Amino acid sequence: MREMNVDGLTFEDAYERLEGAIASLQDGKIPLDQALQRYQEGMQLTQYCNELLQKAELSVQQLQVDDTGESLIVAPLDLE
Amino acid sequence: MHLLDTLGAPSAISVSALSAYLKELLETNDILQNIWVHGEVSNCKTYPSGHCYFTLKEGEAQISCVFFKFARLRTSAPPLRDGMALAVNGRVSFYERDGKLQLYVESVTPLGEGALFQRFEQLKEQLAAEGLFDPERKRPLPTQPAVIGIVTSPQAAALRDMVRTLRNRYPLVRVILSPALVQGEEAPGSIAAALDRLNEHGEADVIIVGRGGGSIEELWAFNEEVVARAIAHSRIPVISGVGHETDFTIADFVADHRASTPTGAATVAVPDIQSWLDDVQEKQQQLQILMQDHLADRTEQLLYAQRELERVSPRNLIVQRQQLLDDCVERLQTYMQYNLSLRTERLRGVALQLHSLSPLLTIARGYAVLRRDEDQQIITSSQQVQPGDALTVQVQDGQIPVEVRSFAKETAGK
Repeated sequence: MREMNVDGLTFEDAYERLEGAIASLQDGKIPLDQALQRYQEGMQLTQYCNELLQKAELSVQQLQVDDTGESLIVAPLDLE
Repeated sequence: MHLLDTLGAPSAISVSALSAYLKELLETNDILQNIWVHGEVSNCKTYPSGHCYFTLKEGEAQISCVFFKFARLRTSAPPLRDGMALAVNGRVSFYERDGKLQLYVESVTPLGEGALFQRFEQLKEQLAAEGLFDPERKRPLPTQPAVIGIVTSPQAAALRDMVRTLRNRYPLVRVILSPALVQGEEAPGSIAAALDRLNEHGEADVIIVGRGGGSIEELWAFNEEVVARAIAHSRIPVISGVGHETDFTIADFVADHRASTPTGAATVAVPDIQSWLDDVQEKQQQLQILMQDHLADRTEQLLYAQRELERVSPRNLIVQRQQLLDDCVERLQTYMQYNLSLRTERLRGVALQLHSLSPLLTIARGYAVLRRDEDQQIITSSQQVQPGDALTVQVQDGQIPVEVRSFAKETAGK
């Protein structure tokens, strides 16, 4: 079975695809091999979502006007 | 008691009990126990005791206030005069002796003889008339924000509070601080510019604008028109979180969502990660159940097909033929057996009959068979013999040779 690549997906995208996998399994007419594939994909996505949620680190940035005074840049901000 | 009964009020309580109940009701309400109220001073009287009594009026409403000497001295409050615009901080209670609600003042903040307050009211009216506070202008907050914009001072404790709250509740988000002065003359322009920059940058899904608690002057920037307009024309939904629970600013009225504090603003800006963890787990279970159902369906279909296949299998025909054959063999054996025993029985019957007809039995009873030796003819009549014929008498156990000497003929009918 083909391994799906979930790395790099945002939580929102992964979650949306997870919902998609569930929706297609809810359709009882889907062929078995596809059902298995969607199931495996879904399980992989739940694991991925869980990992994202558990490992998430809030990142804090600061919005600044650059030296030319014309464009905006974001730079990391350390609050500690 | 009788009188009360006839009045149909058997459970009436005393005035003291009612007063005590009202007092308790007010004093157990957290909001009423630490509240800021603004209005204009009237009927102000300071007694020799040092306690000051006045009425705070605003619009068509008024409330009695007591400013005790110890509170006045502790906060070094200025002397109060009729017509002063004040924001007073204190607690609301019920004065039982006079039967009235009173505000027990802890501290007062003059509102520049009402000038600031008037500006506040004027701007509020003007913006309300423009429709900036209309409920239909309020945009829903995103349920799953990825980027939170914050407009506040980088030094503010409020920023740390908000970041801590966001980290605990939903660390999936990225926070972009758009720094602003939140106090002083330049604050309004700075806040408005910071809001504009977040809009220009465009990545934030929702913006929190706020600062921690402070005096009414310290919070004043959030009552300025330039801030109100920047919030109103922000393309990104704005949550206000200014000061304490009881502080209301113009920014609060314009914002899409008003939170009572910066921490409160951070809380409403993001979902709780725990609910997502629960949700993902629920989805996982749902997947498993769906897959099990799928497999169960397929297994059932397979079993059904298997039974169908067995039903039409040629092996069945073979088995059927085999059975027919077995039947035939059995029937053959049964009939054969029957035939044999039938014949055996018949034979036995014939043998018995034969036995009963045997002449030997008759001979044994004393009869004899007489034969002419010459031709072995059995003699049954005297007319068959002549004197001198040699005959043999057969008896049970042997033969006796005899000779005919004479014979007498018996007459018929004798």
